[in-house]
Amino acid sequence: MAPRPLSSYYLPFEQPLKAFDDRICKLEDLSKQNNMDLGADIAAQVAARERFLVETFSKLSSWERVQVARHVHRPQTADYVELMCEDFIELHGDRAFADDRAILTGFALMDGERFLLMGQHKGRDVHERAVCNFGLPQPEGYRKALWKMRLAEKYQLPIVSLIDTKGAAPDVGAEERGQSQAIAQNLMVMSGLKVPIVCIVIGEGGSGGALAIGVGDRFLIQEYAYFSVISPEGCASILWKDAERKAEAATALKLTASELLKLGIVDEIIPEPLGGAHRDPAAAARTLRATILRHLRELQTVPISQLLEQRYRKLRAIGKYREEVLEHVGAIVAD
Amino acid sequence: MAHAVPQRPNSSDTAVSRRVQTEGVFRKCDACGESVPVMALRRNLDVCPESGCGHHFQIGALRRVEITVDPDSFRELFGSIEPVDPLEFRARRSYAERLREAQRQTGLKEAVVCGEARIHGQDVVLAVMDCHFISGSMGSVVGEKITRAIEHATAMRRPIVIVCCSGGARMDEGALSLMQMAKTSAALYRHDQAGLACITVLTHPTLAGVSASFAFLGDVIIAEPKAMIGFTGAIVIEQTIKKKLPEGFQEAEFLLEHGQIDMVVERKNMRETLAKLLAFATHKPARRASATAEPIRMEGPEDAAAAQTEDGAIRPQGRAGGPAGRKRTAKQRKE
Repeated sequence: MAPRPLSSYYLPFEQPLKAFDDRICKLEDLSKQNNMDLGADIAAQVAARERFLVETFSKLSSWERVQVARHVHRPQTADYVELMCEDFIELHGDRAFADDRAILTGFALMDGERFLLMGQHKGRDVHERAVCNFGLPQPEGYRKALWKMRLAEKYQLPIVSLIDTKGAAPDVGAEERGQSQAIAQNLMVMSGLKVPIVCIVIGEGGSGGALAIGVGDRFLIQEYAYFSVISPEGCASILWKDAERKAEAATALKLTASELLKLGIVDEIIPEPLGGAHRDPAAAARTLRATILRHLRELQTVPISQLLEQRYRKLRAIGKYREEVLEHVGAIVAD
Repeated sequence: MAHAVPQRPNSSDTAVSRRVQTEGVFRKCDACGESVPVMALRRNLDVCPESGCGHHFQIGALRRVEITVDPDSFRELFGSIEPVDPLEFRARRSYAERLREAQRQTGLKEAVVCGEARIHGQDVVLAVMDCHFISGSMGSVVGEKITRAIEHATAMRRPIVIVCCSGGARMDEGALSLMQMAKTSAALYRHDQAGLACITVLTHPTLAGVSASFAFLGDVIIAEPKAMIGFTGAIVIEQTIKKKLPEGFQEAEFLLEHGQIDMVVERKNMRETLAKLLAFATHKPARRASATAEPIRMEGPEDAAAAQTEDGAIRPQGRAGGPAGRKRTAKQRKE
């Protein structure tokens, strides 16, 4: 059975895929309409398509990976909620000012495990994107997340956080209402919350706006997601005054999953279906679900005081520097 | 943006060498445009002495230490930690080269100086950022040194004062820089849980990754006049929303008006203000202990509610160690 194109939008480097998909569709339609047996031709095309995918995705550049992470049909938090959870009770509002739809929060049930699920959501169509502000949270989004996290702590529910944002909302209102304070507060409180926290970058991990729901016991990343201090465009315009040099910037920033693993920032890479999560959201969700369950169950065996100490040590260890440990004796490189 | 400080002497920041080199030299004030004699400027704590101006010039970390703490009370800590180039980051120039140049220009190893000091005789741990070192940006070393300063303050049971001045997280160290936000915030959480004070001073500019971590985690947040403070830079916001920004947007006074900070304090009053705040933050509740014991002498009910109604004062429960603590105090009084 040929995989019907799940995504009708093709990234520049995916263009040959479009040709394959068109051909396969045409052959299928022909065989149906004329009752011809074109099985062999279809199988050949499917195999060639598969070969193309394997080859292309085995050597994606950093910038191409960023494009996959931003793919319009890449599954988002709400998709994963639908695909992974047996039940989800959404909880709204920061109890102070607004219900920021850029961050989704609620109680989730998955294979008997109850936890708080939160995540940025960009919106899947024009209407949703407008409502969700393209997944750029306002301070209220972070405060909503904080409020619900405190509730999770009270109910002793673990927390699963799905990260997918270009960054925190860059606008006047956000600054007036304390974007910095909202993010800082989350970083501080999450470091000490007395429940297990699993954070997963499922798309874009854009700077402080992503990290603001990303402090915990596990920091995982999907294969084609990225996590960066600044967007490649922003970096390029600072470095070369030219946002078009984003591909170079993406390479320089070492923002891909495997590079982050090497730097000791992420703990594990979650594999995606061939060609990225948007080619098979259901399969992506199955893997994600299994990974979440494994980590939740693992973390729940650790006594909370030990968990907090481990969480602190983990954050504490991030960074590379040189230190002269013993002066007069000689420099010792300790990074 | 913090690069725009002209005529900075190349040698180390000691008072003597600077005085010799800059004698008779004028500096142009960015705010009023007047040429100000350097000596007059220096006497005025690097604040423009022109009437009606009062522009606060950016100052280096060592100068800030000099004007903030008691003479000869500063002892530097963690001064042997040096930056490396973990990503082998290359743009127009390599990061390694940029680091060497910044070190040569400032005489510092990195963008923060930490140490123990006294302010009006009160022991504090101090961390001061230097905007002349790659815009005061936070990479692994800044994160590590600030974290160690906080941990040292926690261990010594002393308040920490952090003088912030930074363009944000340092791009050249990628996500390692970003994670320093979480690291410093986690250390401040422990400091906070230990009941110890953190006072932050936000100077021009305090932005992005620094603003959204330790800068806004101060118990009390002070800003210098007109300091630019915010998460997203004004230029980026203006480009995004394509509208003119409100007058004074992201200036200290704007933040005060919007409830984001506690006070705006002129440089000449900073030491005094810090000293007063520290006295409140570290005062010993001696009188409170004896006052709490008062109702117990009546041999009445020991619960807090009853104790509160006896003398009509509203007193949070558990402040003086709970009922058991009070009982002991009462016994001691009898003896």
